Amino acid sequence: MRYLSVQVFSAALLAGVVLLTGCGKPREGITLAGSTAFQPFAEKLADQYMTTHPEVAITIQGGGSALGIQSALSGAAQVGMADLVKLPKEAAALKSIVVARDGIAAVVNPANGITGLTLEQVRGIFGGTIKNWKEVGGADHAISVISREAGSGTRSSFEQIIGGVTLTGDALIQDSNGTIRETVANDAHAIGYLSHGLINEKIKPVTVDGVSCTEKDIMAGGYKLVRPVFLVYKADVSPACQAFLDYLLSAEAQELLHTNGLIKAK
Amino acid sequence: MKINGETVAKCLLTAVAFSALASLLLIAVFIFKEGFPFMLKVGISDFLFSSTWNPQVGQFGIYPMIVASLYVTFGAMLIGAPLGVAGAVFMNEFLPRPVMRVIKPTIELLAGIPSVVFGFLGVMVLAPFIRAHLGGPGLSVLAASVILGIMVLPTVISISSDAIGAVPNSYREGALALGATRWQSVHMVTIKAARSGIIASIILAMGRALGETMAVIMVAGNTVKVPHAVTDPVRTLTANIALEMANATGMAREALFATGVVLFVVIMILNGIALSAIKGRGGKK
Repeated sequence: MRYLSVQVFSAALLAGVVLLTGCGKPREGITLAGSTAFQPFAEKLADQYMTTHPEVAITIQGGGSALGIQSALSGAAQVGMADLVKLPKEAAALKSIVVARDGIAAVVNPANGITGLTLEQVRGIFGGTIKNWKEVGGADHAISVISREAGSGTRSSFEQIIGGVTLTGDALIQDSNGTIRETVANDAHAIGYLSHGLINEKIKPVTVDGVSCTEKDIMAGGYKLVRPVFLVYKADVSPACQAFLDYLLSAEAQELLHTNGLIKAK
Repeated sequence: MKINGETVAKCLLTAVAFSALASLLLIAVFIFKEGFPFMLKVGISDFLFSSTWNPQVGQFGIYPMIVASLYVTFGAMLIGAPLGVAGAVFMNEFLPRPVMRVIKPTIELLAGIPSVVFGFLGVMVLAPFIRAHLGGPGLSVLAASVILGIMVLPTVISISSDAIGAVPNSYREGALALGATRWQSVHMVTIKAARSGIIASIILAMGRALGETMAVIMVAGNTVKVPHAVTDPVRTLTANIALEMANATGMAREALFATGVVLFVVIMILNGIALSAIKGRGGKK
């Protein structure tokens, strides 16, 4: 029996240490978890916030929108980040705010001659009915469709907005916005989609129905592939957490989001 | 009350040994508890042998992933096993001892390179090469097999080389005394005598290849489809779990645990074979 008690004791000790470091004063911990698309922006805002509010320690975790909602429900994180067209039913128990809006850009390799597609063509390419670039006016080469994994917030938003399509079975699957970008940057015949804020010079966004995925067009409402970024939280969050949420909606934070490539909430 | 150092040490060691065993048991129980009821609910044959994986709408067929895991593992063995065994033979039989003492640890260093680095190499170098020269999207069975083949080299080389090194010198001397050439003594005597160790090294490497996740996610393309060519992208069992775990809820989550059950069973079978092969070698010494 003795070794059992040793085990119990060390487990208790470990748990104690974890608990102590978890809620040790004076820094109050706030955890945000969820959408990998919003994660880098949340990190920037959190850093900014912590310079003026040293009494809080904000941790930003990824994991995906579904995990964000789950974490907020289970209490693993105070705030869940979810970039979905519509929140799922299980989020009804939580309060939610829209912190920003995010365009989803259809992106191709810069070597690709295509500059624009219609929504119908995007639907065809991702649904698997259009398999060759020449069918949409490009070079005669098979299209490599690149998508996120099932359950991704970006993917479900993308599928809902383009509507009525099940992703082609030939699509390559990558598990983050970043790897989508790398894959498209490396393959001259690839097409993928990612958060508008993560476009860089290695990939080329195409216009959809003639409207470009730029801030101006998203704000004007012409660009179709736009989804809100929700923050979900329990009604009884701590005052420090509420203060941070208020900060996120403040003009200053919204401006910061804006300069980093996201679209303001209002 | 006198505390006996001997007893304390014994208790501590027992506790540590027991906790290692307990964690294995807990993992097994947990995976089966989460995954097995799901398999019964969906139907074991539907789960194992249907080809549509679409957890959002309740289609759970992991057949393409089982096939993919087997193809990729087999491909890795096709590349890793001959290279590894040949390397081990060369090191033990043809290299002077002092040189081998430098080269063997160097090869074992390969095992210390994180798999994400191998995956990165695969994405940056191998996949574009395959895309340019063999067609397809580049991320493919072939890319995964080559990367895994290289990753298992240290396992194959170091265990095979130990087995070959354990062959008594009198065997070689006997062969040479009978007039065999060096190569004849190697392939007719030494390799035969070390056979069970070499087989064990290959089976252990197979387990490693089957279980590898990060590198495979990066280079295999992760398409859920039974591949028809080596340049087709595939998704392995491990990749499926890792890719979808973060976002899976409800049935989809259970399906991933069930995928884990399948993987667990396959790896257990392989390890069982490896263990018995190693036992066989022990008997011969």
